[in-house]
Amino acid sequence: MSDEKKNGDFLDEVTSEEYKYGFVTDLESDQSPRGLSEDIIRFISKKKNEPDWLLEFRLKAYRHWLTLEEPDWALIHHPPIDYQDIIYFSAPKPKEKLKSLDEVDPELLDTFNKLGISLEEQKQLAGVAVDAVIDSVSVKTTFQDTLAKHDIIFCSFSEAVQNHPDLVKKYLGTVVPYTDNYFAALNSAVFSDGSFCFIPKGVRCPIELSTYFRINAANTGQFERTLLIAEEGGYVSYLEGCTAPQRDENQLHAAIVEIIVMDDAEVKYSTVQNWYPGNKEGKGGIYNFVTKRGLCKGKNSKISWTQVETGSAITWKYPSCVLLGDHSVGEFYSVAVTNNYQQADTGTKMIHLGKNTRSTIISKGISAGKSNNSYRGLVRVSKNADNARNYSQCDSLLLGDQCGAHTFPYIKTGNETSTVEHEATTSKISEDQLFYCQQRGIDMEKAIGLIVNGYAKQVLNKLPMEFAVEAKKLLEITLEGSVG
Amino acid sequence: MLLNIKNLHVSIAGKEIIRGLNFSVNKGEIHAIMGPNGTGKSTLAAAITGREGYEITKGEIIFKGQVINDWSPDKRANEGVFLSFQYPIEIPGVSMTNFMRTALNARREYKELPPIPAGEFLKKMEEKKKLVEIHSKLTNRSVNEGFSGGEKKKNEIFQMALLEPELAILDETDSGLDIDALKVVANGVNQLKSDENAFIVITHYQRLLDYIVPDFVHVMYNGRIVKSGGKGLALELEERGYDWIKDQFDD
Repeated sequence: MSDEKKNGDFLDEVTSEEYKYGFVTDLESDQSPRGLSEDIIRFISKKKNEPDWLLEFRLKAYRHWLTLEEPDWALIHHPPIDYQDIIYFSAPKPKEKLKSLDEVDPELLDTFNKLGISLEEQKQLAGVAVDAVIDSVSVKTTFQDTLAKHDIIFCSFSEAVQNHPDLVKKYLGTVVPYTDNYFAALNSAVFSDGSFCFIPKGVRCPIELSTYFRINAANTGQFERTLLIAEEGGYVSYLEGCTAPQRDENQLHAAIVEIIVMDDAEVKYSTVQNWYPGNKEGKGGIYNFVTKRGLCKGKNSKISWTQVETGSAITWKYPSCVLLGDHSVGEFYSVAVTNNYQQADTGTKMIHLGKNTRSTIISKGISAGKSNNSYRGLVRVSKNADNARNYSQCDSLLLGDQCGAHTFPYIKTGNETSTVEHEATTSKISEDQLFYCQQRGIDMEKAIGLIVNGYAKQVLNKLPMEFAVEAKKLLEITLEGSVG
Repeated sequence: MLLNIKNLHVSIAGKEIIRGLNFSVNKGEIHAIMGPNGTGKSTLAAAITGREGYEITKGEIIFKGQVINDWSPDKRANEGVFLSFQYPIEIPGVSMTNFMRTALNARREYKELPPIPAGEFLKKMEEKKKLVEIHSKLTNRSVNEGFSGGEKKKNEIFQMALLEPELAILDETDSGLDIDALKVVANGVNQLKSDENAFIVITHYQRLLDYIVPDFVHVMYNGRIVKSGGKGLALELEERGYDWIKDQFDD
């Protein structure tokens, strides 16, 4: 489809819809009772037919969680979360074991079609393997056969536990231990599914792997876990998209992503996060408390995070890189947009441990309405990280005069040979730019979309093509009505 | 009559800049507006194009028979008013190609036409680039970003050529141009000139008018047009300067 066509479609969407993913799919689901206890954890583990060691892992995490307090250092505000009022496990009820797409619940397929990720089409055309997770349970992974030829494992987390328990056991919790933070402990206790990916030695994954997360059922939390391993010389580009229905109450999403990258291997992890942000008055929306971390374990390994964050009522998320291997590289490219009453406290941590390690941080914050948008980042260079280099650029763009942009860059360096650069700018869309666009016939709303997309281009360019198109549309939709 | 301005008064932040201006333009005409600095020439351009902050306190701007005082800038643009900016604005990260396609499609949408097909658009761009001798790579760059002074002005004329306005206002398009660039810009304007459109050329100097020959020359002073004439008036101003005007019309 040509760009103009896309723009045309986009216009219709902008004029007719607020949050286009706000539908609810009428699926029967298999739920746990509300609340959290060791019994609930046993219930989840049993439902998933898990080995004892995994139940033990969950219980340890739960007991540790009980000793923790919810963190309050982020620049976000919300009423206390009642963790006993959440349904921790909700799975669309399967009819039977599925052998092909034809057997997938038609309602579910319809949901995917609404989301624009038709599994059937994808299977034939797009060359993107999709693992779709609805209410924490992986529904269907396409492209298994193609991937199997390369000995790539890409499946739901539950399947990995059943079919590749040794790999899961070896890597689970090694990058984000359950002791890491409050939400990581919670996730480790109750996670119900997620995605697993293993790229063997020397294999470049020929297709982009994609996971689609969706919260569907009411009152549920979504706690998925992604574990991604690239062995020596492996490469994968991994995409993650998220949506949720519109609901008046807040819903909790606390995920963990762990990435382990060996010598000369590379993982590119892209996210377009569009959880329901709440309505114009700030009612409802997803609380998105996510821990994402990658370990560059081997020499010359590389992890690149790209995120476009447009949704969620609250975003608390710091995709990070631990640069352990010498000459390893960490990158973080982020666009975070907040409108109305949204709050985002997001950024990254680059931990330089190995010699000659390099990291780049490009963060573009866009705030509109009455929202608050913070960049929070840590660059730490350890004593042994000779010649470590970091470059950080944090830009904030303000639309209107009731929103806030904040930057909290922390730099700790313990090695004199390291170089750490930090640049930050805050700007407003200038009246000159708007008038220039308007004088060429482009209306105010479209002009803002154009200027914002230009501002975020450096990051959007890092996304795979199809994702970039979607991300651009999302930016414009998110900012709709932000200037009056 | 394409444009008819009646007893126009314009204030910026409460300060009156244009004080009772009358002015009209027919299709097929080129009008030059000259005058010393600070007499309201650029304010007039801003008022016609609807820039925010330029408050019309009295009078009417009538374009193609409709009073446009309250129209948004984009509506005026889509009805056929174009401004070549004195200081073209940079928009980082937005390519000229994307910008122009967006602008062109906005106009087509306004006229209830479907978006222009990609092939047709590219062909049209190539054609118009030649008109103002713009190099191909310039259109791949971000809007006006890193353009030289001359390139920026050529780029304004290029946009004008693509948008084909009925009324084009050139606000000091000649300032900062060397003689070669000036010829290119003038040549572009002359090729675009037709019986169906009109130009208002705002300038300090007679120089540009050697290449874009006006049908009428107006002198603005203290927010009014104080003298109008033919091409000869521009030459007279060139020779005598503006002091005799000031002497004659100072309050």
